[in-house]
Amino acid sequence: MLNSLDKHMLETIADLHAVPQGAFNIRKNGKGVERQTTKNIDILTKLDKPGIDVIVKPYTKGESVHIPVILTEENLNDLVYNTFEIGEYSDVVVIAGCGIHNNGSCNSRHDGIHTFNVRKGAKMRYVEKHYGEGDGTGGRILNPKTILEVEEGATVEMEMVQIRGVDSTKRDTEVRLGAKAKLIITERLLTDQDQWAESKISVELNGNGASAQVISRSVAQGHSKQNFYFDLIGKSASFGHVQCDSIIMHNAQVFSTPRISAQHSEAQLIHEAAIGRIESEQLIKLMSMGLTEKEAEDTILKGFLK
Amino acid sequence: MLEIEDVSFQVESDEKNTEILKGINLKLESKKIYVITGPNGGGKSSLAKILMGIYSPTSGKILLDGEDITYKDISERARLGVGYAFQNPPRFKGLTVRELLELSTASNPEKVNISDLLVSVGLCAQDYLDRDADASLSGGEMKRIEIASVLARNLKVAVFDEPEAGIDLWSFQKLAESFRHIHEQYNTTIVIISHQERIFELADEIILLKNGTISQQAEKDRLLSVIFKNEDCLCTNPCEKGMANDAQFAR
Repeated sequence: MLNSLDKHMLETIADLHAVPQGAFNIRKNGKGVERQTTKNIDILTKLDKPGIDVIVKPYTKGESVHIPVILTEENLNDLVYNTFEIGEYSDVVVIAGCGIHNNGSCNSRHDGIHTFNVRKGAKMRYVEKHYGEGDGTGGRILNPKTILEVEEGATVEMEMVQIRGVDSTKRDTEVRLGAKAKLIITERLLTDQDQWAESKISVELNGNGASAQVISRSVAQGHSKQNFYFDLIGKSASFGHVQCDSIIMHNAQVFSTPRISAQHSEAQLIHEAAIGRIESEQLIKLMSMGLTEKEAEDTILKGFLK
Repeated sequence: MLEIEDVSFQVESDEKNTEILKGINLKLESKKIYVITGPNGGGKSSLAKILMGIYSPTSGKILLDGEDITYKDISERARLGVGYAFQNPPRFKGLTVRELLELSTASNPEKVNISDLLVSVGLCAQDYLDRDADASLSGGEMKRIEIASVLARNLKVAVFDEPEAGIDLWSFQKLAESFRHIHEQYNTTIVIISHQERIFELADEIILLKNGTISQQAEKDRLLSVIFKNEDCLCTNPCEKGMANDAQFAR
């Protein structure tokens, strides 16, 4: 049974206000608590390790799968392996996300290892939101690893959002793109206080005509630290573009390490990176419209991380 | 009415004080367009920024309808009805043109159609409203959006710093119409910083600012004849037609 705290967490990480339409699997404190499948989307419990297999039949259109994870107890180390089979020419939305509510003094940690096989011509939008809250001194730790094998002509749009409250995160994203496969990754990350975040995104453009666009935006506040590693590898006549921007505030630190590697004469790879504070002219402009300095700052950050 | 009483402004550079504005006195009435012009480095943009509260004067007072606003900050002045259009407007990643204009119209009790606002500065609303106000827009496009964001507000004082820069002739004509519309419909005091003769045409009064002091202030026709005594440019370097240059101001 889900209580009011669980529902609040689900609403925050997966925009779930009620039992979702379509397939879903809700995991709470290391155990599956509710599941629903459909004619076209099956969810099976793994037998050899913790986690699920999500199987989307070929040609499934307009359906969604919610697989949120919530941790509401301290001293948990939840490790899960989820595998997704996105059938040929299907068009689906997968909404993951993890929320940790920790009121204790011991850490709560979730490591989610997701492997996607996005088959020929399929189209998938994958949304992953991470959030932490609670009054305890125990850390809220989230370490997602996402592996995407994207076949010929398939399209993946991936949104990775970490909103407030996660003390430590290590994100690792590996993508391999086949011919004419298309990838768009949008990453949004906010850290504050003494939080630490590391994000590694590696994209291999293996097939001719593959394209990848990675747009990463982050805000580092307080004494937080962020590390970014971007690795774009062009092994074919392909196109890749990484754009990463960070706003740095207070005593925060941001490290960005880009790498682009062309292993084919027709690979076009671009990397753009910028780290800077909020421009004073941006604040002045919004203040000249009547906003206070704090309101202007919030408006700029909200837009930046939208 | 906006009154500027004995305003001076100094900046410290290389351990010495440079006086940018020296004892400026002005009375700027409602429902009038004032164009402040003069040679580069004369203090025009500094004065505009002092009016908005971006810079603080070293001495002197600024009164808005009799209320001393000298020490009010930018937000407070904005809420009292002072607005400012940047010469080089800032860009915002993730903030759309629609959101920017909606923020601007939020304080205006009159219902303002933001699409009409964009049209008034020569931009097709359908093409721009949902675009981010970021580096994907050209300087000219950003400039027009900046002006629209000030036109959106029903202001007591609207300050425009070189509004014509980066704007093509057709859009300028739309912009001039907007200034005339505000002039006719509202009690706004419009202050325009400019070098352009075509902007001077909009003015009720022109204020010539040189070396940090007001050299002359008069009705448009009187002062234009002083600035443009001769049709031919006296400048030794080629200069843009219709732009008053430093040599003309020097006469």
